[in-house]
Amino acid sequence: MLLSKKCRFAAMAAAVLLAGALIFTPGVFAESHQKAYKIGGIFSVTGPASFLGDPEKKSMELAIEEINAAGGVDGRMLEPVIYDTEGDPSKTVMAVGKLINKDRVTAIIGPSRTPTTLAVTPMVKRAEIPFISCAAGNKIVEPVKPWVFKTAQSDTQAVASIYEHIQQRDIQKVGIITVANSFGESGKEQLLAQAGDFGITVVSSQSFGASDTDMTAQLTKIRQEKPGAIICWGTNPGPAVVAKNAKQLGIEIPLYQSHGVASPKFIELAGDAAEGIFLPTGKILVADLLADNDPQKQVLADYINAYESKYNETVSGFGGYAYDAVHLLARAMEGTNGDKAEIRKNLETLKNYVGISGVFNFSKTDHNGLDPSAFVMVKIKDGKWQLLE
Amino acid sequence: MQEILQYLFSGLTNGAIYAVIALGFSMLYSSTELINFAHGEFVMLGSLCMVTLAANLGFPLIPAFFLSICAVAAAGLLFERLAIRPVRHPEPIVLIIITVGASIFLRGVGMLIWGKNAHSMPPFSQHPPLDVAGARLLVQSIWILVIVAALTAALQMFYRRTLTGKAMTACAVSKKAAWIVGIPTKWMVLLAFGLSTGMGAVAGAIIAPITMSSYDMGTMLGLKGFCAAMLGGLGSLWGAILGGFLLGILEALGVGFISSGLKDATAFVLLLLVLYVRPQGIIGAGEVKRF
Repeated sequence: MLLSKKCRFAAMAAAVLLAGALIFTPGVFAESHQKAYKIGGIFSVTGPASFLGDPEKKSMELAIEEINAAGGVDGRMLEPVIYDTEGDPSKTVMAVGKLINKDRVTAIIGPSRTPTTLAVTPMVKRAEIPFISCAAGNKIVEPVKPWVFKTAQSDTQAVASIYEHIQQRDIQKVGIITVANSFGESGKEQLLAQAGDFGITVVSSQSFGASDTDMTAQLTKIRQEKPGAIICWGTNPGPAVVAKNAKQLGIEIPLYQSHGVASPKFIELAGDAAEGIFLPTGKILVADLLADNDPQKQVLADYINAYESKYNETVSGFGGYAYDAVHLLARAMEGTNGDKAEIRKNLETLKNYVGISGVFNFSKTDHNGLDPSAFVMVKIKDGKWQLLE
Repeated sequence: MQEILQYLFSGLTNGAIYAVIALGFSMLYSSTELINFAHGEFVMLGSLCMVTLAANLGFPLIPAFFLSICAVAAAGLLFERLAIRPVRHPEPIVLIIITVGASIFLRGVGMLIWGKNAHSMPPFSQHPPLDVAGARLLVQSIWILVIVAALTAALQMFYRRTLTGKAMTACAVSKKAAWIVGIPTKWMVLLAFGLSTGMGAVAGAIIAPITMSSYDMGTMLGLKGFCAAMLGGLGSLWGAILGGFLLGILEALGVGFISSGLKDATAFVLLLLVLYVRPQGIIGAGEVKRF
């Protein structure tokens, strides 16, 4: 008797709770006939490339939140499904398999690194699913693969920006020093390939290990060839050591760095030696220095504002790749009812989209959609970035 | 000429660092017959401690230097007590695998404490680089050379003149015989660990101003130090010094006259050659004459 009374009480309580839950979540009924679009995200949130993956994941969530708050795509919400690749190609392959077969996503954004991206492009082709990579490597969209797009600026554009600047200063001979990993190799390839187009000769090409402690020997060798400028291609901390060593050796010719060190961390590491260094960077680093008529100024300010107030941390230069990818995708998805071939076609014909990394103009032959204007040249002066014309 | 001098300076600086790291390897080996593959990680700890104390917490240079060394040596003692001594069957291969495990563990700890970013600190003394016949010599390099020379002299004194040092040598010759004549061998092993890891910390602390310190710097430095120790003859004090400088200078000349892509290869090709031609190292003349 006592037991059944207890049961009845429990049942009543459950009923009240359930009713309450239904009343207070009206969306359950309203949305059930219009399922959300699932968007896959794969980023190296942890591991050595977490400086890329972590802000990318956060920016993807931010962008989806913005789109949903504005009513979604054709009234349907977007739902992110994000996996961590740890920067590992085999984990990326597994994550993409899961996204395609189990989660049945409409499109995939990421991964953060070039090797992980190249590992999954064959799968994307087989599954015929729109795929927007956040990695920088040229090889992702060169040659063009129908289903593969990317939002990060390429080395090609960074090299072109540097060479343009060197050409303006009437320097014909340069020495290059690149880090011995995929980032440095790709940079070196582009530096050697494009030099001729700008009338520049590479007189010495040296390399250094990612964790080397001293590069004076390489710099001495470059100096022997008497170049007019030195270009260093790497990610922290190597380039900071190069900058320090160049100053110690009393090398007076201009030193150029790649966009790989375009963060305040580089200035902190290199200290005084950073003074006078030139480098190309995406506009996000110098958003407040841009001219008012720059089309990206407003977009950048909104993004930085939203990111910093949501996550309470300084915006990074890399999250924008994922942010652009989500917004481009949402634009391409409009009116397609989730048809993947339609989305792909819309992406390929998207024009004049003003994003974080530049103004995107996709075409059949260009799945990156950016030109060298995506980069600006900056000079480090008094520990601050200074925008160059 | 100016270039050759510059390569030499660069080689001397790197060589001095390799030499200190090799000393740590060699010392531990001579008293315990153990290769500590976590040694590079103690270099990393020393370097990052130095940066934190001197650059971030604003300690004066000398206290920061000694504090870092003491802290890392303490970590080394802890490592011996917790990971090496409790091993029931202390066969060399088991112990070596433990040290490899410890190196992965320490790298993880370093990453958690200091994060993934690199850190830098100003040089010990603010002088512009010296100009020697057109080549630039960093003042920090002179610091490094002086500290390495002082360290070597102190070690030599310790082994030759003090009772503890002699007891340690005795342990290295024969643990059992040392034990029979009343030398506390366990304490000697512990002391060897403390000294060796402290030596690693010295290497870390003196290179902190010329390079960037990060949690993953230890692996390569450890390997280079190991190469240098093998090159000179494992277990020999002067062998470690000679091996270190030889490796550093050959590396720098390799960059200058062959190719910078082959810099690391130089070290490892040398190691292979030594292992083939003279497995006991350049100075190490076999077991008998080691002491």
